[in-house]
Amino acid sequence: MEILNKTLTEIRESLQKKEIGVEELIKTCLQHIANTEPKINAFITLREEEELLEEARQLDRQGPDPNQPLWGIPLGIKDVLTTKNLRTTCGSKILENFVPVYDAFVVEKLKAAGAIILGKQNMDEFAMGSSTENSAFGPTKNPWDLSRVPGGSSGGSAASVAARQCFGAIGTDTGGSIRQPASFCGLVGLKPTYGRVSRYGLIAYGSSFDQAGPLTRSVQDAALLLEVIAGHDPKDSTSLNAPVPKYSQSITSLSATKFTFGLPKEYLGEGLDPEVEKVFQSTIKLIENLGGEIKEISLPHTQYAIATYYILVMAEASSNLARFDGVRYGVRNAEAKTLKELYELSRSQGFGDEVQRRIMLGTYVLSAGYYDAYYKKAAQVRRLLSEDFVQAWKECDFILAPVSPTPAFKLGSTINDPLKMYLMDIYTTSLNLAGLPGLSLPIGLSSDNLPIGAQIIGPKLSEEKLLALASKLEEALPKLPLPPLS
Amino acid sequence: MEFESVIGLEVHAQLKTRSKIFCSCSTSFGQEPNKNTCPVCTGMPGVLPVLNKKVVEYAVKMGLAVNCKINKYSIFARKNYFYPDLPKGYQISQYELPIAEKGYLVIQTQKGEKKIGITRIHMEEDAGKSIHGSGDGLSFVDLNRTGVPLLEIVSEPDLRSPEEAVAYLKALRSILLYLEICDGNMEEGSFRCDANISIRPRGESRFGTRTEIKNMNSFRHVQKALEYEIERQIDLVLDGKEVVQETRLYDPQKNITKSMRSKEEAHDYRYFPDPDLVPLDLEDSWIEEIRASLPELPHVRYKRFLAEYGLSEDEALTLTSEKELADFFEQSIALGVEPKKACNWILSEVLRLLNEKKIGLSQSRFTPELFFKLLGLIEKGVISGKIAKNIFEPVFMEGLDPEKYVKEKGLIQISNTGELEGIVEAILAKFPQEVERFQQGEKKLLGFFVGQVMRATQGKANPQLVNSLLLKKMG
Amino acid sequence: MKITKEEVKQIATLARLKLPEEKVEIYQKQFSAILDYMEKLKEIDTKEVNPLYSPAELKNVFREDEVKKDLDREEILKNAPKTDGEFFIVPKII
Repeated sequence: MEILNKTLTEIRESLQKKEIGVEELIKTCLQHIANTEPKINAFITLREEEELLEEARQLDRQGPDPNQPLWGIPLGIKDVLTTKNLRTTCGSKILENFVPVYDAFVVEKLKAAGAIILGKQNMDEFAMGSSTENSAFGPTKNPWDLSRVPGGSSGGSAASVAARQCFGAIGTDTGGSIRQPASFCGLVGLKPTYGRVSRYGLIAYGSSFDQAGPLTRSVQDAALLLEVIAGHDPKDSTSLNAPVPKYSQSITSLSATKFTFGLPKEYLGEGLDPEVEKVFQSTIKLIENLGGEIKEISLPHTQYAIATYYILVMAEASSNLARFDGVRYGVRNAEAKTLKELYELSRSQGFGDEVQRRIMLGTYVLSAGYYDAYYKKAAQVRRLLSEDFVQAWKECDFILAPVSPTPAFKLGSTINDPLKMYLMDIYTTSLNLAGLPGLSLPIGLSSDNLPIGAQIIGPKLSEEKLLALASKLEEALPKLPLPPLS
Repeated sequence: MEFESVIGLEVHAQLKTRSKIFCSCSTSFGQEPNKNTCPVCTGMPGVLPVLNKKVVEYAVKMGLAVNCKINKYSIFARKNYFYPDLPKGYQISQYELPIAEKGYLVIQTQKGEKKIGITRIHMEEDAGKSIHGSGDGLSFVDLNRTGVPLLEIVSEPDLRSPEEAVAYLKALRSILLYLEICDGNMEEGSFRCDANISIRPRGESRFGTRTEIKNMNSFRHVQKALEYEIERQIDLVLDGKEVVQETRLYDPQKNITKSMRSKEEAHDYRYFPDPDLVPLDLEDSWIEEIRASLPELPHVRYKRFLAEYGLSEDEALTLTSEKELADFFEQSIALGVEPKKACNWILSEVLRLLNEKKIGLSQSRFTPELFFKLLGLIEKGVISGKIAKNIFEPVFMEGLDPEKYVKEKGLIQISNTGELEGIVEAILAKFPQEVERFQQGEKKLLGFFVGQVMRATQGKANPQLVNSLLLKKMG
Repeated sequence: MKITKEEVKQIATLARLKLPEEKVEIYQKQFSAILDYMEKLKEIDTKEVNPLYSPAELKNVFREDEVKKDLDREEILKNAPKTDGEFFIVPKII
């Protein structure tokens, strides 16, 4: 089991040097998954053991390939990315029988890099949520405290990586869904610049927000995964045509930390849990000791970020989820006798409450008479929020911020109050609105032994520096112990 | 009280690109159900659209051809509604900022030329098709057509009669064919038309309540449907009733329009810019390149034909309605065919066969060279005009050399006076009473004799010669 | 209340959702609270502001007019709840 505690980078080396075979490694993973899954419920679909072992044996027969950066490494994928011939549900009943006939671009890249995909991981239904409690397949529990949430919507992926079931996972972030679970589970989580990673095969929630990114146990691991999945995709019109730096190499070669870090005054104040604030402040000290300059900045429109985000994302979602109608795929209500019934029953029974809520609100803000007041207005404020950052970059190189107002909360504590849940996204949504990259890394533990994270936000396409800087910070920060369940 | 009708037309033209607008599926017609599909056009989870450059090129081309302002900056929007043949639950279309606006085209009316305004042109994707089963309570959805590129062309309500409406449609269709961007086939659905129509007292400037008319699948349908609807609306108003704003379907069997009885919820399409596509910001140079590639447009060509070839308005209009036809005409003249003759033959024999065989000129084997040869044979007296008409079909359909064909079939005109004289004399000898009657004054019997000579010579006798010989012999 | 029960039902219909009666009131309350919160945006003057619909700063992304075929019909119909191997089958569209 010790081997499962290695980072992705470390296991990669072991595999390449043949210190361990792929088959042995997979067997160990599966054993551990069998032990931990009943407790955390991180996977929706785990691939068949025999299939995985056969794939592993194939790789062992061929021998390690240094040109495949993820050769033999077991990874997990949030169940929002399509995988060919492997069920993809988005955490929803309406897709509980859906088996895609195509891989997402990201999945293709991982496969080409030699990774072994163990299975599809639990999530808030259609990525709508911040706790993974909105899954039709049951909640995922936080390996640090089984009575608490792992965060969401990439909670399954975060819990799985934290519990050492796999060496890394690909999640998605629309309003914080990689960064917040990363911080709740003591992991590194990176949301890339919008357009850095292709969205082809990423089942859409908020099209102008969604980005896939890595959840890992070290910054180096995240760099490696990003290097594999980033890049232009002609099948995604919003995909950037920028070259992909060798993130895994520049992470060590770039000198870091002698930067100016902006601290948005709107982020620090009431609303932040005192324990989180305490750990955050000590991190600030650490950065200063490493030669970084801390400067107070202002992101004046911060208080409007959540309203702006939710109006826009729900509008897009209401349209993106219209295709789930029981006609061409997914679950169709068996009793439906008319077309009207087919639509209404399939959708009402297939979608959970939170999804229905967001579809309806999204429909409302786009409807005749309300479009200008809500949707267009929100888009205008989005411009202002983005401008806040443009101004900020004149004052600092990067922005330092908390990830979540609190550490992981108890299961069931927010489920009946959607607005309360939405308001917790205060530190994460602005990035998605502006399309900026953000990296969350663990900075300490609360007195309850719960991980606390901080995020570093950079200008567009600054991932190279962001990763290098995070890596330096990671070195200097106290290393987290293992989660109780691992 | 006199009424006038106010008509606006909305045309959807399918573009002749090889692949669909947002994916690389083929647009080929007539494929087996759901064979021209892929995850993108069937709206599977996670898929994304990528715009076909040719569609933009064609849209700009059409916009320029009808004198529109091309919006260099234009965006795509989602039009949201639920229907089984609309896989994503929305159609990608354009709403604010369409690619072209504020144009016009010119039609010929009885009162002369008239400019009809074009409000806008935009790009969008077509939906699929459903076939309704009989009695089993099921419908069958075929998504081959989903994603085929369409141009929606909306006219100003400048049309004032069904005739003008048809003239507009013909002119619009003609332009689309000239640009070679659309098949213009109303029956097959590559050229569709919906009408918005209202009436008002003559002289009134405010608009009356309008109805939308759908399901017109030919120019004739358009004419008849609009005629019916005008009458219907006038009758209502004269009865003191109100015209209800609604959508009505044309029923070609009964030649009426019917209200769509099914409960039509007011459609709230909730348009918003499609976040999966990025805006267009076209370069002036590209637009100019497209402008330079425009062919001589139908109306310009029409005017030139009138001036250069001395044709009548109708002749010029028909010849220039299809670019193929007009090209053929001019290519033949270039070879030496006389314009009037070329015109007559094309408008009679060529069009007849095209209609009969339901093909386009390019699907025949007829060429300007063959045409020139055929007419040459008549001119040289090798065959008569009548024989030429008889052999036209094989020459046209199979591209046979008329000279060879005539020789093979032994159809060469008999112009040998001596030979003909003998035959004429034989006929006259056979019908002495008729000769008597002719000489007594029944001059129309000449036709009878000509007919007999033709019969005797399998139609090969030179008609002019036969005529003169008969007259000479009968006095 | 920011939104009436009737409006909730209308929106549900637009979105092709069928709400049990008990849920309508719950949603009404939740929606009203959420929409109330969103009123915040009225505080900002956005008169001359150009809306930002997407952070992608791209323009003119095209593909060439080429035909490519990846999947055959069987795969496209593979997940269909009801099919005869050729069509997607639904209850009759009136």
